[in-house]
Amino acid sequence: MHRALISGIAIAILCSVVGLFLVLRRYSLFGDAIAHSSFGGIALGLLAGVYPLWTAYGVSIVSALIITKIKKKYNISGDASIAVLLSSGIAVGLVIIGLSGGFTIDIFSFLFGSILLVSVDDTVLILALTGIILIVILSLYRQILYSTFNEEQAKVSGIPVEKINYLIIFMAGITVVTSIQLVGVLLISALFVIPNVTAIMYGRGFKQTAIISMSFSVFSVVVGILTSYIFDITPAGTIVLISIGLLGGTMGIKSAGLLSRK
Amino acid sequence: MSIVEITNLTVQYPDVKALDDVSFTVNQGDFLGIIGPNGAGKSTLFDAMLSLNTKYKGTIKFFGEDIRKSKNYLKEIGYVPQKPIFEKNFPATVNDVVRMGLRNESDENKIDEILQQLWIHELSNRRIGELSGGQLQRVFIAKALVNNPKVLILDEPVTGIDQQSIELFYSILRELNSKQKITIIWSSHDLDAVNKLANHVACLNRTLFFHGISEKFFSDDELVKQYSEASMQEHMHHH
Repeated sequence: MHRALISGIAIAILCSVVGLFLVLRRYSLFGDAIAHSSFGGIALGLLAGVYPLWTAYGVSIVSALIITKIKKKYNISGDASIAVLLSSGIAVGLVIIGLSGGFTIDIFSFLFGSILLVSVDDTVLILALTGIILIVILSLYRQILYSTFNEEQAKVSGIPVEKINYLIIFMAGITVVTSIQLVGVLLISALFVIPNVTAIMYGRGFKQTAIISMSFSVFSVVVGILTSYIFDITPAGTIVLISIGLLGGTMGIKSAGLLSRK
Repeated sequence: MSIVEITNLTVQYPDVKALDDVSFTVNQGDFLGIIGPNGAGKSTLFDAMLSLNTKYKGTIKFFGEDIRKSKNYLKEIGYVPQKPIFEKNFPATVNDVVRMGLRNESDENKIDEILQQLWIHELSNRRIGELSGGQLQRVFIAKALVNNPKVLILDEPVTGIDQQSIELFYSILRELNSKQKITIIWSSHDLDAVNKLANHVACLNRTLFFHGISEKFFSDDELVKQYSEASMQEHMHHH
């Protein structure tokens, strides 16, 4: 239980920070696409008898980088490239699972998450990756923010925008696979998108928005894990429903005119 | 001292030659107004000067160095785009946006200083999506100035801005050039404004029609007439 909460909080913080940049770049579904491609990687791992998350890291990062390159070279739009990435991952996964003799319990735990079963090794890995990614983001904060805000102006200011873009895709790939244990392949984009969409309605500046998003994300995860434990229901669904509840509440407050930033 | 040297610059797009054999020099302290009708190649010229487009023929030198060889010159340039494009809902305050331009984090005080100089200090904590066109423009000028650039490049920066803000903007430019000795390169299609502010003029209509001190251009009725006719023809052609 402790491990689930510690890993959950780390993942909540990581997803909200990386997700904020993706949402602002109009890349909201990119997390989803990487998650689906990681499904292919998980299946590959199960077939080969390797720990599935390792193959998932490899496959999802490589496919995310390839699709970014293809998108640029052939001028395919963002949503279409996401659709390509998403369906190819699932297709590869299905074929491999077919070859290995059908679905197993393991596949379901990756599809829907299994945070209550997280091991000590997994917890250490999650904490380490969260730490590394947050340090990278903090040390390149201005460059990442500026190239998210306006690529052209960032280029004129001498920022290596293309390298930064690849870095973000790379970090998104790692974040997604790390988070699979919490909410599973199918619900990842909820953690990337919902707390950030909610926070953008409250926050004024960037840092304030990021902190609000992290708070919502951590709140949803902690309350979600505890609730699911008490009532013996699935944590992934509960976490996402709580964050949707926060978004709905915020929209209600906003519609009632109670939310003003001035 | 020459700040910019452009020699035989030609930019060929698939269907049109956007710039044809353009050469001119900008010296330290110049306030150069680049005038020309829509489609004259002003933005194409800036894209090449800022290394946003590198598919050009000819040479562009900043501070004596070919910009194909080194991008270091960008550190000395402040650029204000025609229309600052950003996500309307972007969660950034005025202070956040100006800070993005700041290369050296330890120059924190510089942000307050520049916001005060441009009369937007009170807006420091406002979200940028809530600002008017004139306020937004000053925010982007502040961002361009926050690193103490030697050159300020502005691309038709008064499109869609109210008259009062335009006047304020012009007085800011004048002060930057005369008091702080910043070299300004400014594209505009407002001949009157260029006449009032700039000390040098470059008339562009894919080729360079005239380049020299602005009095010479504006006191030569024949030249102004020729230019107006050329741009009118171009204008008619476009419509």
